[in-house]
Amino acid sequence: MLKTTTIVVGAGHCGLAMSRCLADRSIDHVVLERGEVAHSWRTQRWDSLRLLTPNWMTRLPGYAYQGDDPDGYLAAPDVVELIANYAKESAAPVRANTTVTSVAQDERGYLVQTDQELWHARSVVLAPGASTVPNVPALQGSVPVGITTLTPVDYRNPSQLPDGGVLVVGASASGIQIAAEVHRSGRHVTLAVGEHVRMPRTYRGKDILWWMDAAGLLDERYDEIPDLIRARNLPSMQLIGSPDKATVDLNSLSQLGVQLVGRLVGIRDGIAQFSGSLPNMVALADLKLERLLDTIDGWATATGFDTDGPPRRFAATAVPTHAPLTLDLSSGAIRTILWATGFRPDLSWLDVGVFDRKGHVRHDGGITASPGLYLMGMPFLRRRKSTLIDGAAADAADLSGHLAHYLDAN
Amino acid sequence: MTTTHTAVDNGVNVEALLGAREALADTPEIAQFRWRTTVSWVGGTHSRSSVDPFYGFGEEQQHKTTFTYDVDHPLAFAAQDNGITPVEYVLVALGGCLTAGIASIAQQRGIQLRSVKATIEADHDIHGILGADPHIRNGFSGVRVSYKIDADATPDQVKALVAQSQKRSAVYDILTNPTHVTVELS
Repeated sequence: MLKTTTIVVGAGHCGLAMSRCLADRSIDHVVLERGEVAHSWRTQRWDSLRLLTPNWMTRLPGYAYQGDDPDGYLAAPDVVELIANYAKESAAPVRANTTVTSVAQDERGYLVQTDQELWHARSVVLAPGASTVPNVPALQGSVPVGITTLTPVDYRNPSQLPDGGVLVVGASASGIQIAAEVHRSGRHVTLAVGEHVRMPRTYRGKDILWWMDAAGLLDERYDEIPDLIRARNLPSMQLIGSPDKATVDLNSLSQLGVQLVGRLVGIRDGIAQFSGSLPNMVALADLKLERLLDTIDGWATATGFDTDGPPRRFAATAVPTHAPLTLDLSSGAIRTILWATGFRPDLSWLDVGVFDRKGHVRHDGGITASPGLYLMGMPFLRRRKSTLIDGAAADAADLSGHLAHYLDAN
Repeated sequence: MTTTHTAVDNGVNVEALLGAREALADTPEIAQFRWRTTVSWVGGTHSRSSVDPFYGFGEEQQHKTTFTYDVDHPLAFAAQDNGITPVEYVLVALGGCLTAGIASIAQQRGIQLRSVKATIEADHDIHGILGADPHIRNGFSGVRVSYKIDADATPDQVKALVAQSQKRSAVYDILTNPTHVTVELS
C-alpha cells in the first residue's frame, strides 16, 4: 500500500489549484487523474465550445493569463493546454491514467483504491468536476424508437446528427449554444425552455462578468446569501464565448427561427408535452436580469466608474403567442433529441456516508462531515464563482487552510 | 396581535412556513400530503362535494369544519344552476392559489400589500365537451389572469411577486403541466 498525506481526486483546474496550495503548505500529496490532465476538456466538450469567462479571468493560484487577448475566450484545446501547462509549471504530482474505484474511511484516514494501486491518505480532496455526467430525464424511456438522443457530452458538431428536426431540451449555456449552432446547419430546431438565467454578453462596454467581478457579485459567500438551496440549483447563465462577443438569448434564437416551447414535461403515446408556463419562465428571467443590471448600475454610480456607455435595458423576451403544447415525435418532424438538462459530478466511487437522500454530497462550504474529506468545484460551494476557473483560487486557499489545521490537530 | 414591531403585516405567518421547510430537511416524509374530497350526485347535473380530512405532516388532519360545495350547470345549459360549474371551480382554485402565494411572498420580502384583486378568464370552446368536433379539446384553450395590486413596492418588485407566485403555485402547475389521473370503479 502506498501512503501520502493528502490525495486529490481529479486533475482539472480545481484539483490542480488545491495541489498548488497544498504544495505551498508543504503538505505531501498526489493528484489522481482518470485520464490526462483536463480530461473532460479533452474528451467531453463539443468542437465550438469556448470558455464562458474572458481570458483575464483565467486566474489560478500562482498563475494569471499573460496572452495578448485578455478579453477573448479560450477554445477547448486552449483550455487543455493552459491547464496542462499549469500542472507542469506547478510540478503537480499528478498520476495520470489512474482511475479511482473506491474511497473509504479507515480509523486513520482514507483508503483510496485505484485501478493501479491502493493508497492510504489522512485526508482526501474530491475535485471530480461539476460537469462530468450529463443529467437525462427519466422520460427518455418514452422517446419513440428511431429518434436519436444524445447529450452535450456526446455532441461534437451538427454534422453528426441525422438530417431533420432537432428538439433541444434545456435553455442554459449548453442548450442555447447548441440550438443556435444546429439551427445554422439547416435543421429546424425546437427549444424546450424551463427556468433559465438570461445574460447579455456585454453591458455598458464591458463583459457582463467584468461587472459581476468588479461589483463583488462573484465573491458573494455561501454563508451570506439568503437562499443557498436556490443559489446552488440555479441553471447556468445563458452565455457563449464567441470572438464577436455575441449575446445568445431567447430573442436572438427566435429571430434565427428557433421554435420556443415550454419545459418538456411528458411524453405520452409518442407525443411530447410541453408546459404552459413559458410566459412566466421568461418573465422570471427578464426580472432577474433587470435586478442584476440595477445592481450593476447602482455600483457604477456609487463608485463613479466611468464606462463606455449609459445604463440601458434589454427588450423583454418575446413569447410566441401560441407556443405548441404538444409535438408528435412519431411524425418524423423530430429526428434528434438533445438533452441539455444539466450535469452532475461522478462520485459513484465514494464509499463514505456523506450523501443526502438525493445523492448529493452534504458539505459546509466544501467541508464534509467526514473529518479530512473535502469537496471542490460545485455550484456555489463557497462563493458564487466556485464553478468558474477564477473561483478555484479562493476556495482552494480556504479549504487547504482548513485541511492543514485538521492535519495539525490530529 | 403579537407585540413584534415588524412594519409589514399581510397576515401570513411566514416563520411557520419557513419552519416547516426546515423541518423537511430532517424528516422529508412529512412533506407527503394527500388531499381528498367526496362527491355525491344530487340530481340532474347537480352534485355536492364535501371536503374535510386530509393527510399531511405525518398524520390525519382536519379542516375547522366540513366545507361543502354545490356544483351544477347554468340555466343556459337547461340545468338548475344550483352551483357554479366545475370549470369555474378551477378558476376559483387558480385565483386562490396565486393570491395566497402573492401574500406569502410579499410577507417574506417585507412588502406591505394594501389591495390585491385579480380577474381570471378562461377561453373554452364547448365543441369538445359536446362531442361536436373531435379536433377541439375538452378543456380550456387558454387562461388569463390579470392582477391589480396596490403595495408599498416598486412596479418591478410587484411584477416579481406575481412571477414568483406562479413559480410556486400548485394549481398553476396542475393547469400548465400534465398529471397522471386514474378513475376506477370500486
